[in-house]
Amino acid sequence: MTEAAPERPKLSVRGLDFYYGEHQALFDNTIDIAPAKVTAVIGPSGCGKSTHIRVFNRIFELYRDQRATGQVLLDGQDILAPAFDLIELRRRVGMIFQKPTPFPMSVFENLAYGIRLHYRPTRSELHGRVEAALKAAALWDEVKDQMQRPGTALSGGQQQRLCIARAIAVEPDVLLMDEPTSAIDPVATARIEDLVVSLKERYTIVIVTHNMQQAARISDFTAFFYQGRIIELGTTEQVFTAPRERRTEDYITGRFG
Amino acid sequence: MRRRPATGRKITDGAVRALSLVASAVGIFFLGWILLEVARRGAGALGPAFFLDLPSPPGVAGGGLAGAILGTLAITALATLIGVPLGVLTGAYLSELGQGTRFGASVRFCVNTLMGVPSILIGLYVYTLLVLPAGHFSGWAGAVALAIIMLPLTARTTEDMLVLVPDSLRESALALGAPRWRVTLDVIFRAARGGVVTGVLLAVARVSGETAPLLFTALNSPYWPTTLSGPTGNLTVTIFNYAMSPYRDWQQTAWGACLLIMASVLGVTILARALIREKRR
Repeated sequence: MTEAAPERPKLSVRGLDFYYGEHQALFDNTIDIAPAKVTAVIGPSGCGKSTHIRVFNRIFELYRDQRATGQVLLDGQDILAPAFDLIELRRRVGMIFQKPTPFPMSVFENLAYGIRLHYRPTRSELHGRVEAALKAAALWDEVKDQMQRPGTALSGGQQQRLCIARAIAVEPDVLLMDEPTSAIDPVATARIEDLVVSLKERYTIVIVTHNMQQAARISDFTAFFYQGRIIELGTTEQVFTAPRERRTEDYITGRFG
Repeated sequence: MRRRPATGRKITDGAVRALSLVASAVGIFFLGWILLEVARRGAGALGPAFFLDLPSPPGVAGGGLAGAILGTLAITALATLIGVPLGVLTGAYLSELGQGTRFGASVRFCVNTLMGVPSILIGLYVYTLLVLPAGHFSGWAGAVALAIIMLPLTARTTEDMLVLVPDSLRESALALGAPRWRVTLDVIFRAARGGVVTGVLLAVARVSGETAPLLFTALNSPYWPTTLSGPTGNLTVTIFNYAMSPYRDWQQTAWGACLLIMASVLGVTILARALIREKRR
């Protein structure tokens, strides 16, 4: 079912089950995520795409009725083990959400906040890191003269790139993106898609998307989820041109979903 | 099918409109009457002496409420210092940690109950707790009584304001690797700042007009509040004593004190409203 990635996978999920209270949402998910590649997660609404990636940084633990069982190995270490340091996990695995979530502070402070959580930078190191992250997120030219403006004053697309900059400023290995362009206009979406492609050299990216053209444009691998199960994982080209599973084909040709 | 005639509907509509208009007008009329009457009768008492001098005996010209003004300021400030941190932290617990837990639900129930307790009961409670053992009235006891009144007010407004902050903001701060306490302090409180400050101001405005809890605790005093360890002068109990006295000049001073409290509460409330509007912008 799963295609062995050529290198050692960045993330290996083994037998992952997930529950919202009594309700089971994920069933025996097993998948390898290739390093320095973009993996798209597609599937109809409610199939468990978001639930699945929300396990990778254990953000689901904010809600007391949610729980995950199984193994999720990050570079070979099980992140679901209680001994795994949650703060360090979240530094290494960043997340971008559906709606941009700038903090109620200035553009500069939005980035400096995360950096100061994990490092003790000197003034110049801090400014250097903020600038580098904004450049990597293709936002520097637009905001370099307005670093003291509130982050919430930027446009929607700029806010989302600010969130990407904020995530990469703490030097993660993995970036999780949960439908990052669904609340953003088409022009800003195109910029973020370009950004995702440019970021994959340095980061392993897992992106949940409802937009199959988007998955086809920017991802190297695609995983198709249906009713909490991983139906198919393959190279994006293979999944879109020669799906092995009937349900994958039905979904990508628009017969349901 | 036969059409339903519009006449009846229009009459009902007109009647309901008229009734609600009259109801609002009655409310505003009495508020306006009180404001104007207090301003008219109190303005004459407000001279420099009112703010700078201690009371003079009945019949003796001059004298003021400087001691009571300072006493009220000190008691209210102290009550704020005790009640607001407790209330804000309780609100933060209810919103951030106690959501959906049994303990959180019982805390919320207690806070709501405490909010409904008559303030004179809180005064009696502090009387038995602090005044009786000490053997004398004190400003400290007054501050504790007012703090107990402030606690549920600030706890509820803080909770309401923090709950309004979307979960996506909590998640994104946690996803960046921030520990829970920093998420609450740095991000959630900052996002809800305007609303929380407004809640605190309204609680201050509310207790600065309380009389009953002070009757059993701070009592009153005609002297400078050099210490809060004894009976402490304050405006509201002074109003009570002076207004009930048979002396014309004391009654006049009581009107002045009413005007001062009313203007301060109005000022604080307007400030709070302005902050809310600022926030929405």
